[in-house]
Amino acid sequence: MKYASQNIAKPYFVFALLLFVGQIVFGLVLGTQYVVGDFLFPEIPFNVARMVHTNLLIVWLLFGFMGATYYLIPEECQCELYSPRLARILFWLFAAAGTLTIIGYLAVPYARLADLTGNELLPTMGREFLEQPTITKLGIVVVVLGFIFNVGMTVLRGRKTVVNMVLLTGLVGLAVFFLFAFYNPSSLTLDKYFWWWVVHLWVEGVWELILGAILAFIMIRTTGVDREVVEKWLYLIIAMALISGILGTGHHFFFIGAPEYWLWIGSIFSAVEPLPFFMMMVFAFSMLKRRRREHPNKAAMTWAVGTTIMAFLGAGVWGFLHTLAPVNYYTHGTQLTAAHGHLAFFGAYVMIVLSIISYSMPILAGRQANSTAAQKLEIGSCWVMCIAMLTITVLLTVAGAMQVSLQRLPESGDALSFMATQDKIAMVYWARLVAGAAFGVGVMMYLASFVVASLTHRQAPQLTVAI
Amino acid sequence: MSERFTKGMARNIYYGGGAFFMLLFIGLTVDTVTALPKRENRDKLTAEVAQGKALWEKNNCIGCHTLLGEGAYFAPELGNVYTRRGMGDEQAFKAFFNAWMKAMPSGAEGRRQMPQFNLSEQELDHLADFLIWTSRINTNNWPPNVEG
Ligand code: HEC
Ligand code: HEM
Ligand code: HEM
Ligand SMILES: [Fe+2]
Repeated sequence: MKYASQNIAKPYFVFALLLFVGQIVFGLVLGTQYVVGDFLFPEIPFNVARMVHTNLLIVWLLFGFMGATYYLIPEECQCELYSPRLARILFWLFAAAGTLTIIGYLAVPYARLADLTGNELLPTMGREFLEQPTITKLGIVVVVLGFIFNVGMTVLRGRKTVVNMVLLTGLVGLAVFFLFAFYNPSSLTLDKYFWWWVVHLWVEGVWELILGAILAFIMIRTTGVDREVVEKWLYLIIAMALISGILGTGHHFFFIGAPEYWLWIGSIFSAVEPLPFFMMMVFAFSMLKRRRREHPNKAAMTWAVGTTIMAFLGAGVWGFLHTLAPVNYYTHGTQLTAAHGHLAFFGAYVMIVLSIISYSMPILAGRQANSTAAQKLEIGSCWVMCIAMLTITVLLTVAGAMQVSLQRLPESGDALSFMATQDKIAMVYWARLVAGAAFGVGVMMYLASFVVASLTHRQAPQLTVAI
Repeated sequence: MSERFTKGMARNIYYGGGAFFMLLFIGLTVDTVTALPKRENRDKLTAEVAQGKALWEKNNCIGCHTLLGEGAYFAPELGNVYTRRGMGDEQAFKAFFNAWMKAMPSGAEGRRQMPQFNLSEQELDHLADFLIWTSRINTNNWPPNVEG
């Protein structure tokens, strides 16, 4: 570690991992409710468990992005963070707001939470992923603005690199598009149209800038390849991301009431969306081939290269699978969507956060990398999580295909009802639950690698001047 | 990558391409927003329908159901439940809906459960109005059949 203020990344990463564990626990609850319908009913209905699962995911990824930013910004700017104190205050504010919101979901019925938090004053609740009470959303805005101010001031004072400028642009975009969460017209179609300005323009737009910047940073540090080369790649990747991804939003406008021309625009542009993910993969392998040094942190390299592969599979391949309008007509809102959502979120955003944690946590503890034993366990956990998630994805794809063939393809009258179809898929859902448990084992192994790392820290390569 | 292709060129594609497609997207959005009132029958979007949408959100129905294919995949699609259960008759649908909401949870062992929301007669009426209005949105012919 070169700058003392990089240390502020640590609480962000630790809290992110804590929420990650919570997310997976609730994922397993959901998986169980899929096969034992009345599991934990009425204490934790499915919708409540789902909100907790998805909101924990988003919030811990945001904690991860913030930690990543606090870690890499001082190094890129070659100066201390503008205000470590502000970063600490915002950490506690965000952690408190997040925790209270989750407790709110679990403690009272959702309608009561809406009343308690004055939702009728500015109704924003009750939409997928945006279930947070309005006051929590305002809290998120305050935290993100304070965070961007802090980072922006640091960049202004320090060296401006492509990596920190792209990262900053991505973060500003994240904040700007989140503002659409406050727009909730009584027209359902308008509501849905602009809802996607948050969800799609995040994951297939500005978050890709954040992902690209973090990946580029890790590649520069671990391979020692010339910055110029990395930066050229970064620009090209994010250029393709925006060129395909902005109009690609149209793949969500097929069947919600928007005009027919979106069937064409959405299909054509989103069909190009896998390209930036493919380029990330080529980029990672090409940097690896051209590397000028052997970085001792093999675990971080595994995560980083793994990110590009899994993101390409989840977003690129599984996204393409259902993005053309004639296909989406039959797959829209089936388990295939869930298959893609899981692999894409995991491969792109979960894995990039785990990559930067893997790279930076040893350094923040005064080591260049963890001991061989700890790295072995960590790499093992990466494989277990990846294989478990791929298994979940394939199983949900089978479930989606059954849904299409039993419920969607036959004519009215011959088609099975939704509930009857779900009964036919039960065995597949059981298998998914088993794969989910395997994913949980991977998470446990991952956490255990931190314990091993600290127990074996004497065997670890210590930090010298060069990192 | 070829040396002839410089970082400056890549940067220009990023800024130029990003700005161009964002502007195009905004232009298309203006057109879409103008076309929507007709496609979704905005003139029939009454205060009751708006109230129904608010209740839909306040009770987080989307946490189990899909609506026009978006939401959760745990329970039936409701964008066309009026067609499926009302078969074109508003009174028949309202009777079904009212009875359904009051009968929940089914309590059937092992079966997926829908909670009891304790809504008033008036609230149930508004929710039904919202679902009826939704079923008439021009969705480019989705879903493929009545099962949703
Ligand atoms: C915790 C999950 C959950 C929530 C929340 C939920 N539902 Fe349901 N809903 C279900 C399930 C499961 C079924 C199917 C039940 C069955 O067939 O036994 C269902 C069925 C229905 C049906 C009948 C559909 C058909 O085609 O037969 C209607 C109508 C309905 N729900 C309306 C609503 C409304 C309105 C809300 C919000 C106020 C809501 N639901 C919230 C789980 C939920
Ligand atoms: C890392 C990037 C991505 C992430 C995290 C992601 C995540 C998601 C999620 C969570 C959903 C479900 C949304 C909902 O609940 O309604 C979804 C839907 C969808 N995604 Fe992605 N996605 C990514 C990239 C892509 C790409 C590159 C494509 C196309 C090539 C794509 C195509 C689609 C389509 C067509 C849907 C709609 C599915 C439906 O009709 O039900 N996605 N995505
Ligand atoms: C890091 C790992 C995980 C990620 C990134 C993740 C992400 C998500 C996302 C994005 C959704 C919303 C899906 C959509 O709208 O299409 C979701 C829903 C869900 N997840 Fe996960 N999840 C993870 C792990 C798990 C595990 C281990 C299980 C359990 C077996 C699980 C079970 C579920 C279920 C059942 C749903 C609800 C699907 C529905 O709406 O019917 N998840 N998850
Ligand atoms: Fe999308």
